[in-house]
Amino acid sequence: MALIEVDHLQKTYGTDDAQTPALRGVSFQIAAGEFVAIMGPSGSGKSTLLHILGFLDRPTGGSYRFDGRHADSFSDDELAQLRNQTMGFVFQAFNLLPRTTVLENVCLPLRYSQLPEREWRSRAERALTRVGLGHRLHHTPAQLSGGEQQRAAIARALVLDPKVLFADEPTGNLDSVSGRAVMLLLRELHAEQGHTIILITHETATAEHAERVLAFRDGRLERDERLAQSRRADQFTK
Amino acid sequence: MRLRHQFIAAIHALRANTVRSLLTILGIVIGITAIMLVMAVGRGAQDLILDQVRGFGAETIIIEPGREPKGPSDFVEVFTDSLKERDLAALADAARVPGVTDVVPLVAQVTTAAFGNETYRVQLRGAGPAILEVLRLTLASGVPLTEDDVRRRAAVAIIGDDVREQLFGQQDPIGQRIRMKNVSFRVVGVLERKGESGIVPVDHMVLVPYSTAQEYLLGITHVHAILVRAVSEQVVPRVKRDVEITLRELHRISDPEKDDFHVMTQVDIVQRIGIISTILTVLLTSIAAISLVVGGIGIMNIMLVAVAERTREIGLRKALGARRRDILGQFLFESVTLTAVGGIMGVAIGASLAFLAAVIFRATVSPNWAFTFPISAVVLGVGVSGVLGVVFGLAPARKAAAMSPMEALRNE
Ligand SMILES: Nc1ncnc2c1ncn2[C@@H]1O[C@H](COP(=O)(O)OP(=O)(O)OP(=O)(O)O)[C@@H](O)[C@H]1O
Ligand SMILES: [Mg+2]
Repeated sequence: MALIEVDHLQKTYGTDDAQTPALRGVSFQIAAGEFVAIMGPSGSGKSTLLHILGFLDRPTGGSYRFDGRHADSFSDDELAQLRNQTMGFVFQAFNLLPRTTVLENVCLPLRYSQLPEREWRSRAERALTRVGLGHRLHHTPAQLSGGEQQRAAIARALVLDPKVLFADEPTGNLDSVSGRAVMLLLRELHAEQGHTIILITHETATAEHAERVLAFRDGRLERDERLAQSRRADQFTK
Repeated sequence: MRLRHQFIAAIHALRANTVRSLLTILGIVIGITAIMLVMAVGRGAQDLILDQVRGFGAETIIIEPGREPKGPSDFVEVFTDSLKERDLAALADAARVPGVTDVVPLVAQVTTAAFGNETYRVQLRGAGPAILEVLRLTLASGVPLTEDDVRRRAAVAIIGDDVREQLFGQQDPIGQRIRMKNVSFRVVGVLERKGESGIVPVDHMVLVPYSTAQEYLLGITHVHAILVRAVSEQVVPRVKRDVEITLRELHRISDPEKDDFHVMTQVDIVQRIGIISTILTVLLTSIAAISLVVGGIGIMNIMLVAVAERTREIGLRKALGARRRDILGQFLFESVTLTAVGGIMGVAIGASLAFLAAVIFRATVSPNWAFTFPISAVVLGVGVSGVLGVVFGLAPARKAAAMSPMEALRNE
């Protein structure tokens, strides 16, 4: 059974007189453990799709099943709990809380979880060590480089061991070197822990880290392509 | 999210805008300060009234010149000279006013008494011999004033214990001469020490025959007040009526509205002070209510600004698993923390001002003004400010909680 199943998914923004269709009926499935890149020109509906898949927004048509259950069947509080426990988010703009240490930032999802407080710190430290920031626990975001900030954001996304990691252009604000480091980290996580990763990107080079590419245009799925192992970016194997 | 973390997060958020936070709670601080003052000063006034009731016999009535002061302009009339010698005789006449044991005229002035090189500011009281019974004073040594002293305008004085100590130290004052306004008085008695009790400043007093004070010290022929003691508390209302009828007859007044004197019983005094303290309470309470409402609106405004400023943060928290009630709680907690800090500051400032007021009132109104700061005031102050935080923080917090996570995250 697929982890994510969408069928004729539609999303139209706006009121009756000024409607913007962002998704015009999209169908695909993603199995647990896949590493998928979503590509397409600006305005093609990539972010819209990711928000719906990540329970940050609801579709206006079609159906979305997550882990076998219809998205419609969840209340807002249940969606919040699902986001907390089964999903991790990485944003283009990092979205770390300023004036708050990296450790505190990574603890944020834990505060909304059922986990006892005494486990928070060790979990957050483990996640930060995993992304190579074990020595930066008490720095504030402003004291970190862009690449380090995005790695801290990835640690925050991972801290509750989510089933799926959503990333909206995670390398969009980074130079090519730190962007590549972030992508290698995601690939490692995928390879070692089998995380399901769904990532939006503009760049073919970034998309080549994934196993599968979904290409969008005008709110429609244009191409669904599995990348042969040989075509994938080779930096990882080097 | 756990309470402790809510609190730390709230402090954190408020500290990020310390100046703005402080300015915002100013209205709350002023309002709570006013409430604290009402409670502390009101309580002080109440205690003072009780004190007066204790210090003054309930069977004594006071006659003062001028109409009963009902407004600021009436106080001028206190200085009229309508009460004279003939009134005393009439009031002492059992045919006109039955049931009276003593009639004591009173003149008063603050002046300086000197003995040798020592000088001291004293409360000079010119009175009749019965003053000791009426004010329930006893002599530590010496003899009381006599009718004869009054008739002869004798230059004799009875002094309070502080006066004795300041002027004479260890010496025996009886038979010594003190000077007031270049008139030499022979000390014939010393009053028992009263300490801090009653409205009458016993320990600072110098008692002389009223006729002597009128003639040699004040140069007047009228008196400042007449104390009339009834045989019992029960007859006081009737004595009061008879006094009024007698004085109106003597002063040829037909319309009570045109009285040139007023009679106060202990009940009247308590009522009068009660009215003053009620006016004060209403005034300060209105100020408090207005500034609390204005302050509350300020809190609401600043919380709306905070919600708008932190839209992305709200979106992020929701994306990471915060439920509606988590966000609602976070912002409510923030506004309550804000107002509670204002409340605590108001309580502290109110307590300091009440203490200052007590010091000032002690010097001006009565040495017995007590500084009281009931614990109920602290509870009320902090409680009210906390409730304001909930009331005025609710709308902004609900607005934050209702945001769609996706919309909030998109916000630039
Ligand atoms: N909240 C919204 N209200 C109205 N229209 C919206 C809203 N969000 C997105 N849209 C519209 O929906 C369409 C798809 O937007 P979306 O953000 O999904 O594109 P995208 O593929 O992520 O683009 P980009 O690569 O620039 O991020 C666009 O035309 C956009 O203007
Ligand atoms: Mg986008």
